[in-house]
Amino acid sequence: MLKPRVPLEEQKVMPVNGDEAVAYAVKQCLVDVVAAYPITPQTIIVEKFSEFVANGEVKTQYVPVESEHSAMSACIGAAAAGARTFTSTSAQGLALMWENLYIASGLRLPIVMAVVNRALSAPINIHCDHSDAYGMRDSGWIQLFVENSQEAYDTTIQAFKIAEHPEVQLPVAVNLDGFFLSHTLENVYMLPDEEVHRFLGGYRKLVKTYVDYLNREVEYKLDPANPLSIGSLDLYDYYFEHKMPQVEAMKKASDVVRRVNEEWYELTGRSYGDGVIDSYAVEDADAVVIVLGSSAGTMKYVASLMRQKGFKVGVVRLRMFRPFPFSEVRELLKGVKVVGVMDRGLSFGSYGPLYLEVNTAFYYSKERPLLVNYIYGLGGRDLSPAMAEEVFMDLIEVAKISEVREHLKFIGVRS
Amino acid sequence: MEARHPTRDYVREEVLPTTFCPGCYNGIVMNAMALAFKELGIYDLRSYVFVSGIGCASWIPNPYLKADSIHTLHGRAIPVATGIKLAKPSLNVIVIAGDGDLASIGGNHLIHAARRNMDILVIMVNNLVYAMTRGQQSPTTPQGFITITTPYGNFEKPFDISRIIVETNANYVARWCIVNFPQLKESIKEALAKYNRGFRFIEIWAPCITYVVRYEGKTAGGALKEMSKKCVPLSDYEKLPMEKRDGCIAVGVFKKELKPSFIDLYKSYVEKAVGGVNGI
Ligand SMILES: Cc1ncc(C[n+]2csc(CCOP(=O)(O)OP(=O)(O)O)c2C)c(N)n1
Ligand SMILES: [Mg+2]
Repeated sequence: MLKPRVPLEEQKVMPVNGDEAVAYAVKQCLVDVVAAYPITPQTIIVEKFSEFVANGEVKTQYVPVESEHSAMSACIGAAAAGARTFTSTSAQGLALMWENLYIASGLRLPIVMAVVNRALSAPINIHCDHSDAYGMRDSGWIQLFVENSQEAYDTTIQAFKIAEHPEVQLPVAVNLDGFFLSHTLENVYMLPDEEVHRFLGGYRKLVKTYVDYLNREVEYKLDPANPLSIGSLDLYDYYFEHKMPQVEAMKKASDVVRRVNEEWYELTGRSYGDGVIDSYAVEDADAVVIVLGSSAGTMKYVASLMRQKGFKVGVVRLRMFRPFPFSEVRELLKGVKVVGVMDRGLSFGSYGPLYLEVNTAFYYSKERPLLVNYIYGLGGRDLSPAMAEEVFMDLIEVAKISEVREHLKFIGVRS
Repeated sequence: MEARHPTRDYVREEVLPTTFCPGCYNGIVMNAMALAFKELGIYDLRSYVFVSGIGCASWIPNPYLKADSIHTLHGRAIPVATGIKLAKPSLNVIVIAGDGDLASIGGNHLIHAARRNMDILVIMVNNLVYAMTRGQQSPTTPQGFITITTPYGNFEKPFDISRIIVETNANYVARWCIVNFPQLKESIKEALAKYNRGFRFIEIWAPCITYVVRYEGKTAGGALKEMSKKCVPLSDYEKLPMEKRDGCIAVGVFKKELKPSFIDLYKSYVEKAVGGVNGI
């Protein structure tokens, strides 16, 4: 194994919860502007960050705005003026940001946002599911999901690098499960500040863009010296063409996410699969589940127990949901008999969003696994090891009879 | 005769105890409302609908009151209440929510409903912070106040919401501290009966027991004593020289009128345009 540039002994261990892990990461990222509004279970992130600001530990401008809509608006303004920006939210807060999400991606602003996943109302619920994140899946944001607080810290720092990569220039959402991660204490290894600064290459670097009315290349930012009009009216004559670079940038993002994961490994000794997919015991598996977020931990644990009993089961955790790693999923699960797709949220009247993507991934392959969609954990319902086992046993049964009798199943719900 | 607590006729006892912190002033707001109904002889709340946003204050009507109530989104109680009132003008629509809900995230709706003189009663429990999310600075947090997000004291100027609403087209505006219980109760009665028309706004100054009172190291009783010194009747307040006004809270009825409300104006508009419409 390669010796990391900052060996573990030189990393500082801090007992923090997932939210604090994110706040400490942001503290080290030379962020110019943070704007946010409180909402459970995200609140701790900005609360902690406002403390850093008040203590003079960071030079960030912190704006306690009056709603999430304003939070994202402030980030858009700041990012358009060239600032490195961060915000975080959950559930209704994210829903309220919705129209601004498209502005951020459409204007190619590399904003980073922590989304602490929480169920959407109604009825009111403050606990974890992925309905909030699924709601923004078409908004042009890169969406990463973490499994634990260490990964929340690591991924938050990586997110700035991914977002600001010259070939990407897109906003990134780092998703962590509400309460399961946000409020649970864990030992997290943190880098010295200088190492994070070095990793990010200092403050945000701007990309250059050719502007026809100035007849030269200028930095893409609002700057009175080189005035730009951004976000202007763009109808059927050009709107479509102007959306194409966004399509391209998303395509390139996968590679960047992978490369940043490798660089992180060289720096810290930690990596998460190939950055896009993190898999466990898939090679010889007959039955595999695909899952997002912290439930992967439970699924891996139960899979390890079942392996001891001779069941060939495995787990795929998608770290990246947007852009969706179609070919990677297809490649990895080639030859697996049955795949269970676990969604913590669903598209009412359809299936879980993750299931729909996995179906698409396999549509053109000759060798297609049988697919079953399991909806679990809505509104924070715990995914117990017993439920995890139930899913695996169900998949093994499907493999045995080579037929899926029910495509959509609900786990752990009372009738 | 058996002594019976006034709220018992209006509260769903099966959902008690409330989620409020011990000593929370929201209970006093509940009592004032219950007594107001009782003294008006209103025992059946079937013609009332309570609308709330998200936050501690928003829990006062829902799920505790024995009445139709709807817990909406943070900041959106007023538009929902407006919709209810327009769909069925015979209903009495009451909004209860916090300072964050009404003045921050939903501030836009508040000023526009007031401008329209929309026929709803809005009760704003001003506890000076976003209490439900653990006491962050809100737009009514006084300058210098220490909150979770302003550890060295709030440097922003707060809103004086009642004054803002006075300047609009609203019919009724009053502010009371939680220590002014009898006046608060009378004010609610007035806004429900004699002035039951147009936009009515009652602000209740009720510092959050957990994130303001105890956060400052004070006791509930001590805070009430201090508050009774701080709140000055409007007429006295106006006689105070400017330098003495700082730190005082002007309480009283700022405005009471019976101007035509949104519904009145809408009726005559429809009358003029098409000769009237059924139901309104
Ligand atoms: C869109 C949205 N943003 C944030 C929240 C989180 N949130 C719930 S209550 C609240 C503030 C409550 O403050 P206030 O309205 O003053 O009521 P209080 O709890 O103080 O009575 C916030 C920010 C939410 N529910 N929805
Ligand atoms: Mg409040």
